[in-house]
Order: sequence, then C-alpha cells, then structure tokens
Amino acid sequence: MPLNTQVNLHEPGKRYFRAFSPGDDFYEALIATHRDLTDEQSAMVNAKLILLLANHIGDISVLREAMKIARDGVA
Amino acid sequence: MLSTFQYPKFEYVRPPELASQGEGHYPVTVVGAGPVGLTAAIDLAQQGQQVLLLDNDDTVSIGSRGVCYAKRALEVLDRLECGEEMVQKGVSWNVGRTFFRNEEVFSFNLCPEPDHHRPGMINLQQYYLEDYLVKRARQLPNLEIRFRNNVIAVAPGEDRASLRVETPDGAYTLTTDWLVVADGARSPIRHMLGLDVEGKIFMDRFLIADVVMKADFPTERWFWFDPPFHPNQSVLLHRQADNVWRIDFQLGWNVDPEEEKKPEHVIPRIKAMLGEEREFELEWVSVYTFQCRRMNRFNHGRVLFVGDAAHQVSPFGARGANSGIQDADNLVWKLKLVIDGKAPARLLDSYTDERGFAADENLMNSTRSTDFITPKSAVSKTFRNAVLDLAEHYPFARALVNSGRLSVPSVLAESSLNTPDADDFAGNMVPGAPMDDAPIETAGGQTWLLQALGNRFRLLYAVQDAATLDAATVAALRELAGGAIAVEPIVVAERGVAPGALKTLIDTKGRIRERYDLHPGTTYLVRPDQHVAARWRELEPTKVRAAVARATCNA
Repeated sequence: MPLNTQVNLHEPGKRYFRAFSPGDDFYEALIATHRDLTDEQSAMVNAKLILLLANHIGDISVLREAMKIARDGVA
Repeated sequence: MLSTFQYPKFEYVRPPELASQGEGHYPVTVVGAGPVGLTAAIDLAQQGQQVLLLDNDDTVSIGSRGVCYAKRALEVLDRLECGEEMVQKGVSWNVGRTFFRNEEVFSFNLCPEPDHHRPGMINLQQYYLEDYLVKRARQLPNLEIRFRNNVIAVAPGEDRASLRVETPDGAYTLTTDWLVVADGARSPIRHMLGLDVEGKIFMDRFLIADVVMKADFPTERWFWFDPPFHPNQSVLLHRQADNVWRIDFQLGWNVDPEEEKKPEHVIPRIKAMLGEEREFELEWVSVYTFQCRRMNRFNHGRVLFVGDAAHQVSPFGARGANSGIQDADNLVWKLKLVIDGKAPARLLDSYTDERGFAADENLMNSTRSTDFITPKSAVSKTFRNAVLDLAEHYPFARALVNSGRLSVPSVLAESSLNTPDADDFAGNMVPGAPMDDAPIETAGGQTWLLQALGNRFRLLYAVQDAATLDAATVAALRELAGGAIAVEPIVVAERGVAPGALKTLIDTKGRIRERYDLHPGTTYLVRPDQHVAARWRELEPTKVRAAVARATCNA
C-alpha cells in the first residue's frame, strides 16, 4: 500500500460533527507532548516518536516514501 | 480619519424614578446594549415580556470591532426580524483562503451545501448591527431602553436584585426580579459581585486597520502566514460594507501599542501589502490583545451572564459576538418559561450547562487557532511550518492548517434536556443539534424551514401526502397544542395540504427529508431556539409530552 497522504486522522468511538476536529485534536496533543521541553528535549521526543510510528507502520517502502517527501525542499 | 458612518446619538430621558423619588420595580432588566444585550432584550420583548434595557452610553459601537456574523447568529437575528437588513447591508462570504509566504496552501468553504437561506458568514461593522438592533428594539412597546444609565452597584437577593444606577441627573435605585448581564468583557457587574473568571492572557498584539478603498479583491477571507510584506507574522484581509476593508496585522508582544496606532506607522505597513499605487484612507485603527477565559457558572441565582461578560475568546474564528448571540438565544426561552411559572428555576442551570459546553468548545477552537497562528515554542513553530510546507501538495496537511476555525454552532449532544434516541437515524440532526435549514413552500409561498420554526416548541411530523393524514393523527397532533407548554404541530410533506387546519410545509427540494433522515411518520420535537429536543420514527403523544417535560425540567 502506498503512503496515504489523504485526510486519515480519527479516534475510535468518537463522533465528529466538524471536519476539522480530528486533525485539530491530534495537533493539539502533538504540541502538548512538547510542552515545557527544551529544544534538545523536543528533538529527542520527536526522534522517539518517529521510531515508534515507523515500527507501527512496518512497511519500509511506505517509510522510504515518507522520508523522501519529508526531505524534499528542506535541503 | 475618514468616516463612512454617521454615529447616531440616542436621546437620554430622565428616568421616572428620579422624577418621583421612588424605587421602580421591573420583572427583567438587561444591562448593556451591545449585540448580545440587545438580542436578549428584543427576544424577551418578542415573547411578550416587559423588559428594561440599561446602557451607559448613548450611541452604538465606536469602531467596526466585531465584523463577522455567522450563519447561526443570522438565523437567530432572523427570528428577531432584523436578519434581512443585516444581510442586505453586509458582505456575504463563504470561502476563505490561506497563504504561506507566496503560495496559497489551503481554502475552505463555510457553507459547502446548497439550499441554505443564510451564507456561512457576513462581514458587517458592529455599529451597523447595533444600529439595526436598536431600531428593532424601538418597535417593541414593552421594551424600554435607557441610555446614559450606568449601573454603579448591584445587590443580589433571594428573589430579586437591587441596582444603583447613575444618570446625568443623578443616581437612583431600582429592583428587578431577573438581571441579565451583558456588559462586556470587562463586565463591571461581574467585578461588583466578586465573581471569578478563569483563563489566560495571550502575549501577542494585533493591529486592526480599517481602510476605505476601491478594490476588486474577491469577497473572501484571505489569511497569510509569514507573507513577504509582513515577515514572520500573520495578516488577515476582510471586506466590510461601504468599501471598508479590515486588515489585521500580528505585531508580536514587544511593540508599543500607542506608537503602532499612529498613521505614520500604519500607512507604510498597508502600502507594503497593497502596493504604493493603491489609494486608500484610514477609517479606524486599533491595537488589541486578547484573553481566553470563562466564568465557572453563567447563572447566579437571579443574575444571568451572557456574551463576553461570561466568556472571552481570541478573535480567530469570530466566536465572540456569535457565541454571545447564541447565549441569548439559549437563555431567553428558558427564562420566559421560569418567569411564567411553567418551568422550575433549575431550567436556568441548563443554560450554564449548554452554553458552558459551547464556551469550552469556542475556547478550545480559538486557542488551537491561536497556538497555530502564533506558536509558543521553537518546536511548535517548526511543526507549524512543516504543516504549511506539506499543505501545498498533500491533502492531510491542508486539513491541519488552522488560520481560525470559524464560528459554527455547538451540537449540544450531551445536554440533559435531550431525550436520547431510541430509534435509528442517519445524519447529524441528533438531539441537541442546531437545526439545518432547507427551502420549503407554505401557503404563503416559498420560504425557509428555519423561518417557520423557533420562539416556541414545535413538532415536525413527516408524511408523503399531507392530504392523506388520518383523523386520529390529526387529532393527536392538534391535542399537543393544548398542553401547559404548547407544542405547535407542523406537517412536513412532499405534497398536499393537511386537514384540520394543520400547518403544512412542502419539502420542495427534498432537503428536509435528506438532512433529517425523514420517513413517513418520523417526528421531531424542536425547541424554541431551533435545536432538536427529541425524535422518533412514529408519533406517540405520550412520548412527546415526556420529551417536552424533560426539555423544560418538568420531568
């Protein structure tokens, strides 16, 4: 399965009345994860987060695609 | 600065208390003639209630201030018979575009469905809105407005409140059974009563410049993150009535607001944005900060807080005046039932529950927008810019771009006034939902569903051909109108006219059927504020009465 770049965020059992709500729920939780951390600590949290999510996804071809897109235009 | 608007000067009249030296007593007093206080006073007066409205000033809002009025607020204002004038004068829009540096990264449509009466939003200077509301208020003989009447002391009691009011002719005292407080974000009455309001102040400043110019930009909301003409900050452009354009520049915390307001600082910012050639004149300039906070309770015995006095949000999302108007919409029918002895006073607790839920949702959404627009840490800014970078090509990232989630009404799905569904329904018109509009035809011609609802409990009963209604159903429907709390029955049909002088709505485009998942026999109980209270797949009058009792705390 190729990398899914369509809207895909949701929480099981939760009913949404507004399309923007699930994405905003996630984004708030993401930013909250970094609250009160130094930049160095945040970088460590992000690295761990990527490793955990990569293992969950499992399919390395999907991960390669994501890594390529992430790097595009950055350097 | 230029002025496109002539400020009215409302006449001060010496209050009768000062003439007779007596103390007046009033069933309901509303303090504050802004959008929310006027809405509450007009709504109460329309319900037949005697109302006194006090305001410390003698004109409308100075400056354009709140300019975005959302679909749901317009529907409430329609119920007060002044929505049309506002929509005619205002600038209707549905589409918002978001830019990151030079690129458009995201756009949204507030009203993507066809066949709704009102647009997603209108932009209208607050002074027009207030002017139209004052005009409407003055048509109501049971609504007395006293300008330049400033409340300087409040003594709440068990069954009434006492107010000390200052006027140009001196001070007087009045008592009132109920006090509705709509005196704004700084709420002097909230302070006088020592009531807490909890939340936080955001360390950022924004410059509002209202500019008069002829421009052919489309009627859309344009929002820039980090544009070349105002690097590292955000900018918002909005069209208002009379060729007035609202430009909102983020300034950051470390600027001097008095300096930034000076035309010699404002004009170069606007020229950088619009180009040197564009001709414009400044109409109004202001620098603001904001707080996100709410009172724990909105009802305190005989004292009821509405609008900014009860809760404040950031301006990203137009959730201030819009939520305040919905506060009044939610409060007034409940207060009227309590005043008339048809519901216990604890019905007013549901005002705090329902509008507190809405306030929390507004605070959450406006705080999320604020955190996206003005990130508080380096990592937050990195994530923000990563989202904006990805948004150009990837739909998932577009959905995360948050330049303000614009005011939409809360679905009060958790309210204790709802009767939970026992039958299966598709769609979003769950108990507690604000009702979706739809085009209809009645004996009077083409109109809209929401124009036929509101102000009292109604029962929508769906059939295919209204003329085929049997006598027993007609009798059952008619009987509901006779209870202590009357429920007006309305037949929703594809065709035909219901017998027995029952009001019939023809669902001309099938939108009611679609949006409410109607089958023949489907029944919706609708509150006076156009929210769904209960629904069933068949009409059972005992269940309807039980649901009315539940929705009014009479169960």
